[in-house]
Amino acid sequence: MTLNRRMFLGATAVASAALAAPMVLADGHGKPRVVVIGGGAGGATAARYIAKDSKGAVDVTLIEPTRTYYTCFFSNLYLGGFKQMSDLGHSYGGLAASGVNVVHDWAVGVDRDTKTVTLAGGAQIKYDKLILSPGIDFVDMSVPGWDITTQNAMPHAYKAGSQTELLKAQLMAMPEGGVFAMVAPPNPYRCPPGPYERISMVANYLKNNNPTAKIIVADPKPKFSKMALFQEGWANHYEGMVDWIGEDFGGGNVSVDASAMTVTIDGEETKVDVCNVIPAMKAGRIADIAGVTDGNWAPVNAANMSTNVDPDVYVLGDASQQGDMPKSGFSANSQAKVCANAVRGALTGSKVFPAKFSNTCWSLIAADDGVKVGATYEATPDKIAKVDGFISQTGESADVRKATYQESEGWYSGITADMLG
Amino acid sequence: MTRFSRFLSMGVAVLLGASATADEFGDPRAGAKVYSQCKGCHQVGAGATHRIGPHLNDLFGRAAAGMEDFKYSKSFQRAGASGLEWHAETLNAFLENPRSYASGTRMSFRGLKDETDRRNVIAYLRDFSDDPANIPEADPTATPTNHDIDPAILALQGDPEYGEYLSSECTTCHQASGGDDGIPSIVYWPEEDFVLAMHAYKNKQRQHPVMQMMAGRLSNEEIAALAAYFKNLDN
Ligand SMILES: Cc1cc2nc3c(=O)[nH]c(=O)nc-3n(C[C@H](O)[C@H](O)[C@H](O)COP(=O)(O)OP(=O)(O)OC[C@H]3O[C@@H](n4cnc5c(N)ncnc54)[C@H](O)[C@@H]3O)c2cc1C
Repeated sequence: MTLNRRMFLGATAVASAALAAPMVLADGHGKPRVVVIGGGAGGATAARYIAKDSKGAVDVTLIEPTRTYYTCFFSNLYLGGFKQMSDLGHSYGGLAASGVNVVHDWAVGVDRDTKTVTLAGGAQIKYDKLILSPGIDFVDMSVPGWDITTQNAMPHAYKAGSQTELLKAQLMAMPEGGVFAMVAPPNPYRCPPGPYERISMVANYLKNNNPTAKIIVADPKPKFSKMALFQEGWANHYEGMVDWIGEDFGGGNVSVDASAMTVTIDGEETKVDVCNVIPAMKAGRIADIAGVTDGNWAPVNAANMSTNVDPDVYVLGDASQQGDMPKSGFSANSQAKVCANAVRGALTGSKVFPAKFSNTCWSLIAADDGVKVGATYEATPDKIAKVDGFISQTGESADVRKATYQESEGWYSGITADMLG
Repeated sequence: MTRFSRFLSMGVAVLLGASATADEFGDPRAGAKVYSQCKGCHQVGAGATHRIGPHLNDLFGRAAAGMEDFKYSKSFQRAGASGLEWHAETLNAFLENPRSYASGTRMSFRGLKDETDRRNVIAYLRDFSDDPANIPEADPTATPTNHDIDPAILALQGDPEYGEYLSSECTTCHQASGGDDGIPSIVYWPEEDFVLAMHAYKNKQRQHPVMQMMAGRLSNEEIAALAAYFKNLDN
């Protein structure tokens, strides 16, 4: 409640009062300022590139509450036993060293008239250009019976960190022959292959530790990313373990009861031991507060990721509604570099080059069985549009699959260094 | 392991000047075939120059990272500084598993698992070291001219600033530090090799779907710009 009032205030009274407050640095002189909200795949990359490429000519402040960024990418591999939690955590030290002013706090208000961001701690920061990359939040009541207060009983594990560890602990504590349920999200959501890579990794864990256990997936979609590849993999590695209930069989008609630990799919109630609820998603709340969303997401211009409503406010990554790119870390990183080039150009007069985007999503199905899907994209007047793509084939040799997995490890090292220095 | 150590002692014996025959050492002619796996990056023989990797003439007895005009990875610079020298024994260990031997090497090569292959290729390389008079004509060199690329394309001068912008699309996967795990390093390549490799992907002569897609939409000027940038990347 207080938060809500603050937000309103942020947009009106506080901000105008702030004009007189000494804490607010005057604009109009000094270096141009960029404020980035959210230090994930999109925000960290944008902050780093602007700071690095402008060589001190632009002041870059990054607002990010957490001290350690746990990547969602590879968090399924932690569930499967292929990575440690410590492999997923990254500090912001490298960004600070590349000249980004990293402020560990929440942004709670954005006033676009006075170009001011308000932090939970009370500070106000002025910007010339504001970049939002807050990731996702969940749509209330999209899965009846589930809300944020039940996330301990039924974790989403769709923002990496304590939720991921909780889900792993529940998986490990499953009784012999128990049931693991997943409620999969409707489109659009972050990481289209993510839920299915997770099923693969959970199955891998169970096959080794609890081979008579079962997995059921209630899915509101009739099909999903890399479906043929996953289904082939499940049949090859985890025969009879995974029961995927798609839209055609009522997979979208789901409710849960967190205290009874039951899932009801199309009228049929099942008692389960673990229930991973991945609700419907929307842009991180701060995008709403900034007034740049239309429905659940923030529409942006493909050429530079600026919002339709304010040319000085940009939205990257999962929170943006940009067209054909999937919501992935790779996409967010790619969009960030286009945006950084445009923002730096606008503030310092440096050359602005045409937008080019790309994405590749690797998924691990079992040990050394990696698959990938990817595409290139370009900016058109109405959206980011797909140019060309590829996908792994069913029936590929073990060597190809192994090389694909090794590639994903190389990509992980590459993108984390590219984001955080 | 016993085979390995037997080989080691042979290598050492040769270095000590004992009269080991070529046969014990490995067969240089068979080694020439094995070397075809190396020649995409390394030249050897008369007129050999540095390409993606350093030339391999006079390799025996050379300190690791021992030539001033080649940009070595930091890990080889450290190894050289702490006394690593190339000879049969060290080459054998390195070639068996390059990345475990020098974890930061930019050499994108999985290694030669077969001991005979290693013995043979080491014997082959040794011919270019011990007695320069024996160096055959420059046959096994890097392969840039294998693909037919219009010389006008090769002659394009890239804009490194544009290259820097475009490179940000590469560094999502290829580490700017030159680190190499699962995805090869692309920094410090000679421009010509870079341009040829990218055109080989663009024309689908090289077989990687991601790279075919990425290179497929780069113009000739853009490829030249990237080559100009990566050639000098300093980190
Ligand atoms: C299980 C799983 C597997 C995945 N696997 C892959 C994969 O293999 N490859 C891939 O490319 N992608 C993958 N993804 C998707 C990827 O994680 C996201 O698409 C990516 O992180 C999006 O980047 P972002 O910058 O939009 O958001 P995020 O990376 O989530 O970053 C948002 C940041 O903003 C901060 N924030 C939010 N609100 C505020 C506020 N008000 N003030 C300040 N800070 C705020 C948050 O703390 C967070 O750090 C996966 C996702 C999941 C869940």
